Amino acid sequence: MSGAATGFKRADATSLPLPRFRAPAVFGVLGLVFAGLLGRALYLQWVDNDFLQEKGAARFSREIELPAHRGRVVDRFGDVLAVSTPMKSLWTFSDKFDASPAELAALARVLETTPQKLAARVSANEDFAVLAKQIPPEQAARAMALKIKGLNEQNEYRRYYPGGEVAAQVVGFTGDKDAGQEGIELAQQSWLAGQVGSRRVIINRRGDAVEDVAAIRAPQAGRDLALSIDSRLQYVAYRELKAAVERFSARAGGVVVIDTKTGEILALANLPTYNPNARNKVARERMRNRALTDVFEPGSTMKPFTIATALETGKVRPDSMIHTEVGALTIGPNTIHDAHPAGPLTVEQVIQKSSNVGAAKIALSMPAETLWHAFSDAGFGTPPRTGFPGEVAGRLRPAKTWKPIEQATMSYGHGLSVNLVQLARAYTIFATDGELKPVTLFKTDGPVAGRPVVSPQTARAVRKMLEMATQPGGTAPKAQVPGYRVAGKTGTARKLEGRVYTSKYVASFVGFAPASNPRLVVAVMLDEPSGGAYYGGDVAGPVFSNVTGAALRMLGVPTDAPVDNVILPPPGSEIREET
Amino acid sequence: MTRSSLILLGALVACALSLVTSRHDARRLFVELEREQARARQFDTEYGQLQLEQSTWGMPARVEKIARENLRMQLPPAARVEIVDTTAKGTP
Repeated sequence: MSGAATGFKRADATSLPLPRFRAPAVFGVLGLVFAGLLGRALYLQWVDNDFLQEKGAARFSREIELPAHRGRVVDRFGDVLAVSTPMKSLWTFSDKFDASPAELAALARVLETTPQKLAARVSANEDFAVLAKQIPPEQAARAMALKIKGLNEQNEYRRYYPGGEVAAQVVGFTGDKDAGQEGIELAQQSWLAGQVGSRRVIINRRGDAVEDVAAIRAPQAGRDLALSIDSRLQYVAYRELKAAVERFSARAGGVVVIDTKTGEILALANLPTYNPNARNKVARERMRNRALTDVFEPGSTMKPFTIATALETGKVRPDSMIHTEVGALTIGPNTIHDAHPAGPLTVEQVIQKSSNVGAAKIALSMPAETLWHAFSDAGFGTPPRTGFPGEVAGRLRPAKTWKPIEQATMSYGHGLSVNLVQLARAYTIFATDGELKPVTLFKTDGPVAGRPVVSPQTARAVRKMLEMATQPGGTAPKAQVPGYRVAGKTGTARKLEGRVYTSKYVASFVGFAPASNPRLVVAVMLDEPSGGAYYGGDVAGPVFSNVTGAALRMLGVPTDAPVDNVILPPPGSEIREET
Repeated sequence: MTRSSLILLGALVACALSLVTSRHDARRLFVELEREQARARQFDTEYGQLQLEQSTWGMPARVEKIARENLRMQLPPAARVEIVDTTAKGTP
């Protein structure tokens, strides 16, 4: 049967004539199709290759970002001042967000808010909505576990400042993306910031990485930064400053503590202050590190530099008599007054009793150039270079422009301006044997050499005068510390507003202790104290006493006086300094 | 001829199989490495949080408050302080 059928077909095929163009037509069509395919293949292989490779790679490999956290800021003992911890933010594309009312309610429970508020947040923006900003990773994990469509999470870091407002102006803070915005956080951005790394991996069906494919760019974690600050001293300085600012209703204030051996700033407190952990509505001016970025006319705290210069040039000796006249000195049209004239004074007593006339007379016995050089060598008119952003140089005009009256007023600290750190640094000259120490906000190892400015003899002589100023008969008996000999100088300066001296004051005290072998320089400044007292000795002196006493105890500095050494003058016989 | 071919074939199969096993091992170890690295990151995070916690508990302001209020501690007045000079001669 099959044979017959085949035979029939064959016979049929040979007998039927083929149309003449059928074979070439079929070949032609097939050839065209092949040519088309070949062309397409060539096109994909060469021309469109990159795009396809990319698409292909996306199917099985993935770029993973490797987070790098920002370095910590720590104090000199390694206690944390600023630390970053990972946080998550939840966000969504508004049109992709698709949650049932039940899911929304569950999400609201996890995020501790109400469904209404969440819905409002989603619809507030047309394309992009943040549902929760910087929440703990565990909370984010619970939110993501609800598997709500369109809900995404993002890794972020949040910076915490455990010290809060105590050292806020020094440490500063970071802004968006964990980048430094103020203070040390800003100045040391490149040191602290981490470098995000990345790696390309092959993923399996479940999305787990199974193999590294390309070279890994390792993440660089930010480096830790140790400041010179001693948290305990910083706290004491802040606490005492705060108490004084509140007691005297001062507008602002600052305290600086410097180690005389190393030039490290152990404490730097400012008021008003702010909490860097919650700074949404904080005025810019509270963020300013006034001790470094604001200047004031120092007043009588400048007198020791005038006297030291005179001692250096040999114009006077510590026991030379200065005739302070009747408490007035007329220079051209101007007259300098001592409100509490005391007759002839020795050079030592000029410092002890803070006589303006005495300081002016000594200053006028020297060329302006000499005085300018001495002030400039003491670091006035140049920024203290602590490594803090925005520190100012203060104002010290060139000697050529000084009029005699200006030379006289500058000798007691008017007509020039300084910042508090500069002033504290300048006092390292008397706290050491005449060396100006470089000051820093960063931890250093061991003592650093200073720049010799005055001779050891002069430094010791001025140190003795400054110690006299804190004893009965001086302007600052309230600066005394039980168990330690202290030395220092008060300043009570009228404030210059516009070109007029007002009846507002800046009260200050700069000193060091123990006087027998100074270890710390402490500078205190209160801006516009009111409520009766405004003398440096009454307002800033007690702050100095409390801070210095606590600091020396904490540092374990041996006492150099009996503990009952504090002798206060009887009421009514206090020595008032000139303003 | 046939024998040597058979030996080579056997060697080839053995190599191929060992490649498969080592490849599998590599993947398994890699996954393990991944997991450990994730753990390391997590510990790092935890370390940061613990540090934060430590410095929050140890804040001088808090320590002082507890010392003064709960433990009723205070600085001794000068009259109750005696300083022992260890450098002086004659002291034990």
